[in-house]
Amino acid sequence: MSRQRDDYEKSWWYRFRKWVDGEMDLLDEGMEIRVPDEMLAAMDGEGQDAARHPAENKEHTFSYDGRGIRYFRRFYQVMSVLLCLSIIFVLLWTVAYLPAFGNAGNPDNNEVSARYIERGLQETGAVNIVTGMILDYRAFDTFGESCVLFIASCCVLVLLRIDAADGNEQARKRLEEANDRLFEPKNDVILQKCACVLVPLILVFGIYIVLNGHLSPGGGFSGGAVLGSGLILYLNAFGFGKTERFFTEKVYRRLTLSALTFYCLAKSYSFFTGANHMESGIPLGMPGRILSSGLILPLNICVGLVVACTMYAFYALFRKGGM
Amino acid sequence: MDTPLFVNMEETVSIILFGIGFTMLMLHRNLIKKILGMNIMDTAVYLFLAVKGYINGRMVPIVTNQIQDASAYINPVPSGLVLTGIVVSVSTTALMLALTIRLYERYGSLDLDEILMRAKEEERT
Amino acid sequence: MSMVQNFPFFSIILAMFSGIASSVLDGKRAKHLSLCVIAVTTGMSAAVLRFCMKTGESYTYMMGHFPAPWGNEIRAGALEGLTATLFGLVMFFSVVGGMEHTAADVEGSKQNLFYIMIDLMLSSLLALIYTNDLFTAYVFVEINTIAGCGLIMIRQKGRSLSAAIRYMIMSQLGSGLFLIGLSLLYDVTGHLLMTPAKEAVAVIEAAGLYAVPMLVIMAVVSVGLAIKSGLYPFHYWIPDTYGYATPTASAILSGLVSKGYIFLLIKIFYRVLGRENVIASEIVNVLFVFGLAGMLMGSVHAILEKDTRRMIAYSSVAQIGYIYTGIGLGTQAGMVAAVFHMFTHSATKALLFISAVGLYEVSGDRKDFRSLRGAGYRNPLAGIGFTVGSLSMVGFPMLSGFISKLLFATSALQSPHKMLPTVIALAISTILNAVYFLRLVITLYSIPETSRGQAASPGKSNWKLQLSVVCFILLNLTLGLYSQPIVEWIGSGLAMFD
Repeated sequence: MSRQRDDYEKSWWYRFRKWVDGEMDLLDEGMEIRVPDEMLAAMDGEGQDAARHPAENKEHTFSYDGRGIRYFRRFYQVMSVLLCLSIIFVLLWTVAYLPAFGNAGNPDNNEVSARYIERGLQETGAVNIVTGMILDYRAFDTFGESCVLFIASCCVLVLLRIDAADGNEQARKRLEEANDRLFEPKNDVILQKCACVLVPLILVFGIYIVLNGHLSPGGGFSGGAVLGSGLILYLNAFGFGKTERFFTEKVYRRLTLSALTFYCLAKSYSFFTGANHMESGIPLGMPGRILSSGLILPLNICVGLVVACTMYAFYALFRKGGM
Repeated sequence: MDTPLFVNMEETVSIILFGIGFTMLMLHRNLIKKILGMNIMDTAVYLFLAVKGYINGRMVPIVTNQIQDASAYINPVPSGLVLTGIVVSVSTTALMLALTIRLYERYGSLDLDEILMRAKEEERT
Repeated sequence: MSMVQNFPFFSIILAMFSGIASSVLDGKRAKHLSLCVIAVTTGMSAAVLRFCMKTGESYTYMMGHFPAPWGNEIRAGALEGLTATLFGLVMFFSVVGGMEHTAADVEGSKQNLFYIMIDLMLSSLLALIYTNDLFTAYVFVEINTIAGCGLIMIRQKGRSLSAAIRYMIMSQLGSGLFLIGLSLLYDVTGHLLMTPAKEAVAVIEAAGLYAVPMLVIMAVVSVGLAIKSGLYPFHYWIPDTYGYATPTASAILSGLVSKGYIFLLIKIFYRVLGRENVIASEIVNVLFVFGLAGMLMGSVHAILEKDTRRMIAYSSVAQIGYIYTGIGLGTQAGMVAAVFHMFTHSATKALLFISAVGLYEVSGDRKDFRSLRGAGYRNPLAGIGFTVGSLSMVGFPMLSGFISKLLFATSALQSPHKMLPTVIALAISTILNAVYFLRLVITLYSIPETSRGQAASPGKSNWKLQLSVVCFILLNLTLGLYSQPIVEWIGSGLAMFD
């Protein structure tokens, strides 16, 4: 019924049909010959697979030696340096036209910074103008930043937390490999004595920085980092056993949840009342005292807790795959 | 040329560091060096932002001695931006390092080209 | 101030709060919470859209007790409301469609972390749509990036992890460029909020100062956001990323994430740099050329692909090229066409990915052409969904792709210099689209040869996937048949956008 041609397999229509069916690769030369069914049945299982999908079995071998590779590497290095220099050149050409450094008449010393300095103390209650700016004037950015920290810790949890509760063999093996408690120094005297002296000092210093965020340089982020490093030093000196007496994964989750929830609710209240032109109702207190500046002190404490827990969690996840 | 480059020296240095970090992030094959490049690039941008606030001869923006005149303090806005930026940079560094650890455990190599090749071969089989 | 005006703020805060709350919930409750939140925020965005169309203007909402330029603010208008509604719908259907696969692919104890990523991705998309401040935009761009990375790597197979690190590297390049552009803009204008910055930019351009920094700022910000949204020379991360994630993640990443960055770029063009300045600086011409190249090269790569999921991902590159061509035309009509194509592509690409997963299920989980032969008969609904999506991409009348191609052609005819390349590229890329999409559709409906002895199991996918395919088809038909009101809304939204 169909036209019988000797060179049907070389005709354009046949090649088009084979390409539509996905059996022919446009980039390969020649076409595949389909193995007749009798021969197919005669082959063993592996041979059958190879005969059915010949295009997928092509191995692309790639060797790292050879002159071509060396020339390519040299060329790549030269081009990278050139690219780097061109980016630097374009941006330096821009810098040449920017306002001068340290000049009082720069465009960015305008009414925005003037109001922050002149009325910041009355409007936010914070002596430290930068803290007043990030936690009151531009609080939405800081909220977003706390969420960046939160979601990054979630991603690291996904990647590095090993849950033996899932029950598969691979997880249990990884957990055993990651558990390097064998290598922890057992009662290293020098480290423990130094830690006994230093850790309380570090923790008190961290709490001081957090509480004084609105009065002097400091705030939740820097104080939280100091607190986190104190916890890590304690962990290194005394081991996971002693640290897990007071800081487990449950504690971590509850602390971060309550701190972030409080932050979210407090700031939502502030944004809502502000946008609807209602009075905020939170007293600003006397500037210069610790209990002042409205919501800034509680927010600093929340942020400090979140950052400290996150720093500790990163360390524990990287080291052991869990807390 | 409005301002010669040595007057804007801090910006110049930060741009050079930005270029170096950007190229490292884009073109190096080793994952750890890429992460280092990303950190250099981010830190360079924060240096650029931080020097934007400085004004010659003025104090740090913490109200001292009840002086609230705008001509006594530097611009507080860039400092706040840098605070936010540093946290963002720490977060992305932690994430990329965790990815590097998992990839190393899986493929035994820190070279991105090799990892991609092995992933492709593994998928083919 | 009426209650409806609070809705943009409520939707952002609700999405963020549900992400935070999901950290202590187990997987099932996190899933239900996530679905509720997406539904509620979509409803709120629709209410905002209606309100803005009724009043005819956009409004700003102070975030805090201080007005701009001292405090933060968000701004809502018709275009923002429409975009937020559509993104919410696409996200809802994608999450529903991929739910069974998510439950299978992700470890049991980490299911709630997946839904945290979804919630925070929703909140960052809403914040990018509504924000009126550049630094807030940067912070939420970072949240978007990290949430996207989390969605890709949740599967923890080798290929997903290598795709995730490649995605993070390219995204960080884009973020670094965007941040330095932002810093230069702050240096030159002294404002971070968009409306005061625009006034400052107008003053600078009128006085002719800072010409070189303004040009470099435009270039750097455009290149940074173009890298993050996958414009042609920077698209290398797209095939791996979209091809190896779970179905929900592929649909959300391809449909929504790039569009968030393109929306931010359009917002910066309109509200900070000023359209006339951008057109005068020829940046739009560069975007136009790259868009054309993307249209053609994306389709060429898609034809050469053997893995069908990577083929669909390469067609995303081509469609993003279309959107940038529309932006690059520089006219109001071109921008309307670009925004309409953003909507079309979100709805259609998600439909393609979800129905493709339904087809893979009945073909033994293999993704090459040979195994998919006859899959249209084994899983009829997914086959119909895929056919509708392909026809929409090609530009079949009655579907939304036809309207967007029509809008592109009419807007190209209005700009004399760019008319010829646009129309030629449009024609060639339509033919190329037809080649690879219809190839797959023909394969789906060709009779499989039983002598091959494949393990082809006929069956239906779970009802959630079927429901979401039906909803996507309805969304596509709505965009196609009721395109006239939608185009009007986009037009009036763009008029109140700057």
